[in-house]
Amino acid sequence: MAFKIDSRVGVTSAYRWRQILSNYIFLAPVVALNLIVIVIPSLTSVYISMTKWSGLNQPEFVGLANFERLINDPIYWKSLSHNVIWTIFFLTIPVAMGLTGAFLLSGIKRFQMVYRVAFFIPYVIASVVNTELWRTLLHPRHGIGAWLAKQGIEGFDIRVFGSKHTALYGVAFVDSWHFWGFLVIVYLAAMYQVQPDLYEVAILEGASRFQRFRHVTVPGIRPTLVFTLLMIMIWSVPAFDYIYLLTDGGPAHASEVLGTYLYNMSFFRFEVGYAAAIGVTMALITAFIVAIFVILRRRGWEI
Amino acid sequence: MNRLRSGRTETTAFNHVILFLLAVFALGPVLVLFLNSVKTSEQIAANPFSIPAEPRFDNYAVAFEKGNYVNTVKNSVILTVGTVIGVLIVGGMGGYALAHLEIRGANIIAFYFLVGTAIPIQLYVVPLFFIWKTFGLLNTHLGLIIIYCATSSPFATYLIRSYMVALPKEFIEAAKIDGASKFQVMTQVILPLSWPGFLTTGLIVGLGVWNEFLIAVTFMHHPDLKPVATSLRAFQERFTRDWGLTNAASVIMLLPVLILFLLMQRRFIEGLTQGGMKM
Repeated sequence: MAFKIDSRVGVTSAYRWRQILSNYIFLAPVVALNLIVIVIPSLTSVYISMTKWSGLNQPEFVGLANFERLINDPIYWKSLSHNVIWTIFFLTIPVAMGLTGAFLLSGIKRFQMVYRVAFFIPYVIASVVNTELWRTLLHPRHGIGAWLAKQGIEGFDIRVFGSKHTALYGVAFVDSWHFWGFLVIVYLAAMYQVQPDLYEVAILEGASRFQRFRHVTVPGIRPTLVFTLLMIMIWSVPAFDYIYLLTDGGPAHASEVLGTYLYNMSFFRFEVGYAAAIGVTMALITAFIVAIFVILRRRGWEI
Repeated sequence: MNRLRSGRTETTAFNHVILFLLAVFALGPVLVLFLNSVKTSEQIAANPFSIPAEPRFDNYAVAFEKGNYVNTVKNSVILTVGTVIGVLIVGGMGGYALAHLEIRGANIIAFYFLVGTAIPIQLYVVPLFFIWKTFGLLNTHLGLIIIYCATSSPFATYLIRSYMVALPKEFIEAAKIDGASKFQVMTQVILPLSWPGFLTTGLIVGLGVWNEFLIAVTFMHHPDLKPVATSLRAFQERFTRDWGLTNAASVIMLLPVLILFLLMQRRFIEGLTQGGMKM
C-alpha cells in the first residue's frame, strides 16, 4: 500500500516537473532577447573597459588604466557634474509643474480632458521634432528673443545653445518642456486615489488651497511622488537625445554629459575601451541610486 | 452644502486661469511650428508668431520630395510594425507565463525587468554595435527590430501581464477542464480577452520606435534604409537656413503621431502612466 502511494507521488512529481519546465518555454523568447541585446553586451562592456581598443585592432588588456585615466580627466568630472545639475533641474522644475498642474486639474471637471491632452502632447512628440522647434523659437535673430527686442524688450536675443553659460540649462529646459506633462498625468492618477473625505474634512476645518495641497495631497500621493523622483534620477544618468541634438555637448563641453561624452569617445574618437569605462561608471551610478532606494525602503521609510 | 458649492465655483476660475497658461506653454510652441511650416524663412525672421496671409503649403511638397519621405516613411513603418509584432508575441508569451503559469523564480525575472530597464543604454550600446557588425546585422532593418524588441520587451511583458492578471480565473479553469493545452488556453482564452492590453502596448511601443533616435543613428547608416527620425536630422543639417522647409519636414513626422494620439489618447495615457509606474 505504502509503495503504491510512493510510486504515484513519483509519477505526479515527474509530470509536474515537466509541466513547470514547459512553462519556461513561454518566457524563453523574452529572456533570450534580453540576454543577447542587453545582458551579454553589458558584461562584455566590463571586459572592454579594461582594454585599450580602437574597435578595429586587437583589444589590448590594460587592467584598470582606463579608470585611472577617468579620475584624472577634467572633462569626465565636468560631464558628471552636468549630469548632477541635470538631475536637480528635473527633480525640481518639472516636478513642481507636474504637481501644480495635477492639483489644479483635480479641482475641476469641465475641460479636464482637454487640458490633459494639451499637457501630454509634447511628451508624444519625437526629440528630433522638439529640438528643431525650440531651435527655431530660441534663435537669437529669428526667435522669441529677437521678436521681444523688436517690441523694445532687450536682453533675450541671446544664443541660448551657443553660449557656455546657458547651453546646459537651455537644453534641460527644452527636455523638461517635453517631459512635465507626463508627470501631470501620473500625479493626477495618484491624486484620484486619495480619500475624498480627507479633503472634505480639510475644507470644513477651513484649510486653504495650499494647506490642502501640503497636508492632504502630498502625503496622499507620496509613494507615487517618491517613485517618480527615483525614476527621474535613474533616467538622468543616460540623458542623451536632447543634448546631442541641440548642442552635442558644446560649446567647449559646456553642456557635455556622460552620455554624449561616451558616445563621441567611442564613435568619433574610436577610444572604445575608454568609452566602455565611462559606461561602466554610469551603470555603477545607477546601481548606487537603486541601492540607496532599496536600503531606505528596508529601513522602514515609507517609499 | 450651498456655501461649499459656491466656494467651488469661485476657486475653479483660478484653476482655469493657471491651467490655461500651462496649456499655452505646452501647445504654443507646437502651434508656432505648424504656422512656420507654411512660411518662408524671411517671413519667419520677420515675425515668428505671424499668421501667414498666403500659407505656403508648397513647403510640404518640397520637404516631402527632398526629404525622400516616401522611402523614410516606408522604413519607419517597417521598423514600427516589425517591432510591434515581435514585442506583442514575445511580451504576450512572457506576460501569460508570469500571470497564469507556475514559474519558480518569477520574482527574479520580475526584478530583472525592473533593473533591466534602469541599465543605461550606454553600457551596452558599444559592444552591441560590434556584435551586430560581426553578425551582419548593422545597417539592416532586422538588426534594429531585434534591438527595439529587446529594449521594449520588459515594459511590454509587464504591461500585458497586468492586463492578464485581471482576467477571471474561471475562464481559464473551464478551458483546462475541457482539455485545452497551455498554448490553446493562451491563444483561445487569454488572447481574445486581453486584446485591450495588446492594443495599448502596441501603441506605446510603436510610438517609441517611430520617435527613437539614439539606436537608429548608431545602427543605421545606409541612407536608403534610414527611418524618419534620423533622416529628418540629416535634412535639418542640410537645410539649416530654410526654417520653413525644416519645420514642414518636422510636421510631416509629427502628424501621424498626433492624429493617432488624439484618436486614442485614453489608451496612450493609460499605458504610458500605468506601464511606466506600476512596475
